[in-house]
Amino acid sequence: MTDVSLGMPQLPAPDYPAEVRERLDADAREIIGRYPDSRSALLPLLHLVQSEEGHVTRTGIRFCAETLDLTTAEVTAVATFYTMYRRKPSGDYQVGVCTNTLCAVLGGDEIFEELQQHLSVGNGGTTDDGKVTLEHIECNAACDFAPVVMVNWEFFDNQTVESAKKLVDDLRAGREVTPTRGAPLCDFRQTSRILAGFPDERPGAVEASGGAGPASLAGLRLAKGEEQPATRVVSPRAETVPGVDLPADDQAPESHPSSHDAPRKTSDSDPSHPAGPVSEEDR
Amino acid sequence: MMTTESPEKLLSPVLSAFWDDPRSWTLETYLRHDGYQGLRKALAMAPDDVIAYVKDAGLRGRGGAGFPTGMKWQFIPQGDDKPHYLVVNADESEPGTCKDIPLLFANPHSLIEGMIIACHAIRSNHAFIYLRGEVVPVLRRLHEAVREAYAAGYLGKDALGPGKDLEITVHAGAGAYICGEETALLDSLEGRRGQPRLRPPFPAVAGLYACPTVVNNVESIASVPALMNKGKDWFRSMGSEKSPGFTLYSLSGHVARPGQYEAPLGITLRQLLEMSGGMRPGHRLKFWTPGGSSTPLLTDEHLDVPLDYEGVGAAGSMLGTKALQCFDETTCVVRAVTRWTEFYAHESCGKCTPCREGTYWLVQLMRDIEAGKGRMSDIDKIDDIADNINGKSFCALGDGAASPIFSSLKYFRDEYEQHITGRGCPFDPARSTVWADSGDGTDNAHPEVKA
Repeated sequence: MTDVSLGMPQLPAPDYPAEVRERLDADAREIIGRYPDSRSALLPLLHLVQSEEGHVTRTGIRFCAETLDLTTAEVTAVATFYTMYRRKPSGDYQVGVCTNTLCAVLGGDEIFEELQQHLSVGNGGTTDDGKVTLEHIECNAACDFAPVVMVNWEFFDNQTVESAKKLVDDLRAGREVTPTRGAPLCDFRQTSRILAGFPDERPGAVEASGGAGPASLAGLRLAKGEEQPATRVVSPRAETVPGVDLPADDQAPESHPSSHDAPRKTSDSDPSHPAGPVSEEDR
Repeated sequence: MMTTESPEKLLSPVLSAFWDDPRSWTLETYLRHDGYQGLRKALAMAPDDVIAYVKDAGLRGRGGAGFPTGMKWQFIPQGDDKPHYLVVNADESEPGTCKDIPLLFANPHSLIEGMIIACHAIRSNHAFIYLRGEVVPVLRRLHEAVREAYAAGYLGKDALGPGKDLEITVHAGAGAYICGEETALLDSLEGRRGQPRLRPPFPAVAGLYACPTVVNNVESIASVPALMNKGKDWFRSMGSEKSPGFTLYSLSGHVARPGQYEAPLGITLRQLLEMSGGMRPGHRLKFWTPGGSSTPLLTDEHLDVPLDYEGVGAAGSMLGTKALQCFDETTCVVRAVTRWTEFYAHESCGKCTPCREGTYWLVQLMRDIEAGKGRMSDIDKIDDIADNINGKSFCALGDGAASPIFSSLKYFRDEYEQHITGRGCPFDPARSTVWADSGDGTDNAHPEVKA
């Protein structure tokens, strides 16, 4: 993307090797068969080419265009619109830290900050060993499990700085990592194949991590009388401690906000993006 | 006002009733809990009668706008010789919203049964589930549930009766909040950039492939089987005249027990907090969203607002997706709004100038204010920019971007001023984290209620 153009038009992308092409053609036919109109297969096909090469290459774009009778420009326009399509070689594990407001406030900002330092990469960067690509992500519909980290789009709920560091260390060391909700991790290419609409065939993958996560059951447990409601009911508006018994060894925090008045480094919303959101295209 | 009712009386688990079953997502479990009984009743009725029944029950859309579901179905022209499509919006991405994803993870068959009923009603032979791509565990279970439904004959050949087949396609998106907007979703499902369409024509007339299309939220459709099975009177026994039924409330943020709470429409945040242990120990509620970041913020003045379409509307906000994000007094409202604004700028599809440009400039100004580099005149400027976005674009993303600005200025203008006069943020973000009160910052336990 940063290549300087010398006025020569880019040569057409090379095609896949014949045996790869044959395999992908068969997959593509199956995907197209799910839709009344072939163009609807474009998003799944882009996931499919990511499952082949780990990101959307020019070859992948050419394949989608030829398969669906579109121009490469039309395919590129779509591929660049959606954030899940990677546009450069990236790691086996896509680690996304939610830094939308709720997760950020509850600790996501600190987790993202610490992981960047721990891995010596910035937003969108990949570790030297090619294992981990780190990015901050938007709300992933798991706010009751905040702060949330996603790895290859499996849920790692209720994370802390320490648990997130251990997570990426384990990923880099090749140790087995199990999400709190989801199946034992497969690499990014295998994940992309599931996204292209090919069910995960690994035994136990659908069952993994059981029914609902604990937070999902909070209301049900109360409704069934399995958990007692708050014992001392105090209005949440009250200044005093609400109806929750603190463990005896837990100090109640001071009730006033910090009175530091100097600008703080960590309150800067997104220090890695000084130029604003339009520069995201180049990450 | 103190609540004396027990949670058993205040809550009404229907969709979530058996999420604690060890294999809650399977067809076998679903059948043990009245699964596919509503479908049996619906298929015995004429399609128009099903539409009338759902309309009479008063089910309203659970995706944010609250449009009556039966009425949406009724708009589909009949006898037009075009294919009709049902598209389920499972692109749940509104910040704070986290109900459809756990629902599909734990109980995907409720959606599939609801889809079959809806397809019978609108005379559709092909339905789609547009699931956001970033939730692979849910995608797995949808693949499996659809496979099971085909194997059991609920889908496929003659599913809706002799000669009436039904196909369901599970489609994974690729990361774009805007695709939760129904016309952008349709463009995306057609293999294009997800950009909203000008309406009219509405999807009911020219939707997917320019054919009559119903686009419904997951929870709306998943609520239909229970409604059909237990009856509209049962459904109407919950909630209010205009907002009947049950729904999933998602409690998150600085609360003692975040999670899903399924209750009749009209429960209050106070009731939900009281039964669930309130805010985290030692803290109090500062501001909250009733239905995601696009719904105007409310404060502790609004704890007794009935959480139904009319109640929240009367309080100056919207029920939205019932995503109750609660923030305590350690949270800087300017920081919160800045981050949401960055989100809207990132997700603006770029089609309409007011939204594309306005959200960009809002981010610049909000970052300055938050960093203590703003001027007093910037406060009026963000208000003015938000006013120039609100209602001036094709879709509601721009309106959503304006909401946190307007509402935070309404309730917390002094906090903006503090950032400017104090040349910085008066809050310590470390105190807002879930581990802030645990001592050394390494304790990874979410504050649990010891009751």
